[in-house]
Amino acid sequence: MTIIKEENTTISLLKDISLTALFVFIFTTLIITISGAPPFEAYENIIRGAFGSYSKFGQVIKVWIPLTLCSCGLLYTFKINLWNIGIEGQMIMGAVFGMAAFKYIPGTCPAALTILIAFIAGLTGGAIWALFAGFLKTFGGVNEIFAGLGMNFVAQSIILWLIFGPWKREGIASMSGTEQLSEPLWLSTFTKMRISPTAIVLTVASILITAFILKYTKVGLGLKAIGSNMQSAFMYKLKPTSYMLLAMIFAGGFAGLAGTMQVTGVYHRLIPTISSNYGYLALFVVMLANYNVWAAPLVALFFACLNVGSIQLPMVLQIDSSLSGVIQGALVLATLGVQSFKTMKKKRREYNNSNGRV
Amino acid sequence: MWIELKSIHKHYGNVRANNGVSFKVNEGSIHAVIGENGAGKSTLMKVLSGYTSRTSGEILVDGEPVYFKSPEDATKIGIGMLYQDPMDFPQLTVLENFMLGQIKGFRNSEKKFKEKLKKYTDELEFDLSPNAQLKTLTIGERQQLEIIRLLSLGAKVIILDEPTTGISVEQKDKLFAALKRLVKEGKSVILVSHKIEDVEILCDKITVLKQGCVTGEMEKPFDLEKALMMMFETESKTPVRSKIVPGKKHIEMKNVSVSGGRTGLHNCDVTVRRNEIIGLAGLEGSGQGVFLRCATGLLKPYSGSVSLNGKNMTGKNILSYQKENTVFLPTNRLEEGLIPGLTIKEHYSLRQKSRSLFVDGAKASSDSKENISKYNIKGDPRTLVESLSGGNQQRLLLSFIPDDAELLLLENPTRGLDIGSANWVWELLQDFSKDNNSTIIFTSPEIDEILMIADRVLVFFDGKIIKDVKTDDTNLDEIGSAIAGKV
Repeated sequence: MTIIKEENTTISLLKDISLTALFVFIFTTLIITISGAPPFEAYENIIRGAFGSYSKFGQVIKVWIPLTLCSCGLLYTFKINLWNIGIEGQMIMGAVFGMAAFKYIPGTCPAALTILIAFIAGLTGGAIWALFAGFLKTFGGVNEIFAGLGMNFVAQSIILWLIFGPWKREGIASMSGTEQLSEPLWLSTFTKMRISPTAIVLTVASILITAFILKYTKVGLGLKAIGSNMQSAFMYKLKPTSYMLLAMIFAGGFAGLAGTMQVTGVYHRLIPTISSNYGYLALFVVMLANYNVWAAPLVALFFACLNVGSIQLPMVLQIDSSLSGVIQGALVLATLGVQSFKTMKKKRREYNNSNGRV
Repeated sequence: MWIELKSIHKHYGNVRANNGVSFKVNEGSIHAVIGENGAGKSTLMKVLSGYTSRTSGEILVDGEPVYFKSPEDATKIGIGMLYQDPMDFPQLTVLENFMLGQIKGFRNSEKKFKEKLKKYTDELEFDLSPNAQLKTLTIGERQQLEIIRLLSLGAKVIILDEPTTGISVEQKDKLFAALKRLVKEGKSVILVSHKIEDVEILCDKITVLKQGCVTGEMEKPFDLEKALMMMFETESKTPVRSKIVPGKKHIEMKNVSVSGGRTGLHNCDVTVRRNEIIGLAGLEGSGQGVFLRCATGLLKPYSGSVSLNGKNMTGKNILSYQKENTVFLPTNRLEEGLIPGLTIKEHYSLRQKSRSLFVDGAKASSDSKENISKYNIKGDPRTLVESLSGGNQQRLLLSFIPDDAELLLLENPTRGLDIGSANWVWELLQDFSKDNNSTIIFTSPEIDEILMIADRVLVFFDGKIIKDVKTDDTNLDEIGSAIAGKV
């Protein structure tokens, strides 16, 4: 009799991570070398770009916030097996609705209240946008990926129309966006790092709420159940349609919150690229975190470091800042690769243990 | 070709499905492997056919040790297996299915294979039309095709796993005749079955498995009582039909037609009264499944009407049916009943009735423990349902029947259970029905089971109810020929 000894999970996890990191390292080093820049200097620049000063790390946190919020939202949709690629558009619409609140609430209203209303408006905007895709999926039979992508284009068009049309700056319409918000409507920030405590508190709260809902409530269990096997839902009196729409509302809500946060906390106006592809990037984050609510913020932090750290690459080394994208893409591919390699190895080990040969 | 198994072990984690099995299959004989469910029969056959790897042990073919990594390796050596559910391509024709796995190179003459197919069908007296689409065939016919395919691939030993489940009496006779002819030609057959009467008429030798070990071997003539003793720990009590008085109309279908399944359901007119226990007979996929799904609101009829307790339910969804205390347990446990990826405890959490937003973990734990011991489920609350054996999944599903259930629609409720457990389940359901005044409608591929339990039988053929009769007024033969479409 042979017993296959299970590897210690922590050790095997560390092994996986180092293997993935090694692959990504080799791959990106190769890419940088081919583009004619010194790779180690590039890495040093990325690290210094992300951690070199308080204000640089502040930038990292500014990216981390929307990335984490979108990731929180995606955890709900992934749980029920929906590919909410429309999260990008949901974030844009959140920003639009938030901006609308700032624009149309009279200045006599206290600033704090206006900001609160703007957050609620943004959340609602994102959720409504997600619901469109959700309805198309549940009642129209349109795959959520196509519905989401379509809605992204529509959202992008709406924001451009607003910036160049009804909401354009006095006199000139430009890519630089709408008129700035008056200063009381900005989220207040720490002086050194220029990041907003409100934004951080909201983000941390979002992580905790998401973890709680997914783990301890019937909603979380229902999402997981329907995501695992929709055909059996009737046995437990679960309505797949309602749960799908609910997941979309959550996802859109968090994305919309992120969008409004970009308006009041970062750009202080509406700009065409307000979503900065953070929605798409969050899809990567959640996959890389293996759909784990605690791992997602950490992966988001790492991605934020890469994004911010590579900003200065063009100036210093004349290589494009999209190097961060190369690293992120390689990471996701490497992770998937390592996982399937492990499954293959496990199968082979079972074979070798069989047939009487040990 | 003869085969010897030497001390075969197959372990899944801590579970020892096979624990040192040894026996020999002679050339030109029909060898039966019998045992109750979970005895390790199917696992052993999967090992022998290369479908799974063995943990340890040796397989000798004509005295030579063999190793296989896949079913193809086993087929090359000459061992072919017919699985319980045919593994074929329903969209393709008989000929195309026959050709698959045999074609070599780029160009293949259909004519050559057509002739080959005809040669085999003539020889074994099978009735297969080469151009028929496979999905229009019955399970029995698909079995016939699979046997021919294995022979054509060069199989000298054919393993059959429960081949007589879900096929008609005639098809069974045909199958047995064909197997006997093959054995005369020097081929060997291994038959896995829990039906002792099949084994008696067909086999030359019996090996009995219990809990992964060989507990007995027997040559002809068989002492069947002794064989049963070797299979089971204790003799179980056969359930007796309970005397009931039908009450008010419970569910009524008027001229109902539904699409779905292989055949759909056409012009169904049935009235079921409270307290009745009704068995639905018929070949698999003849409309029984569609009937049950329509009676529970999962499928909506395109014509006709359904009423429950006198209320018109036509077009209502399953939640409205559930409000009328209708319960449906499907036969595809992992596809339609349970949720793979979730534990037993999570299943009980999902079924909690309270309106609270939160999962009551403590209650779910106690529910799981209580039901695990009541239904004798081998597993603990943290076990993932997909890692339970088929019989245990069935018990878990049965434990979901709520206390206030009035109409129980059960699709093959004893599927995967051995005789002892099946009897126990029926006793439980009969008591439940008596105590709660509830009605039971169930399907079963076994006519015996239906005649034993039901007090009324509906026979389905090609999507229609072709016979509706009290059990007292009919017999096995009559139901048997009705299943084949002869009324």
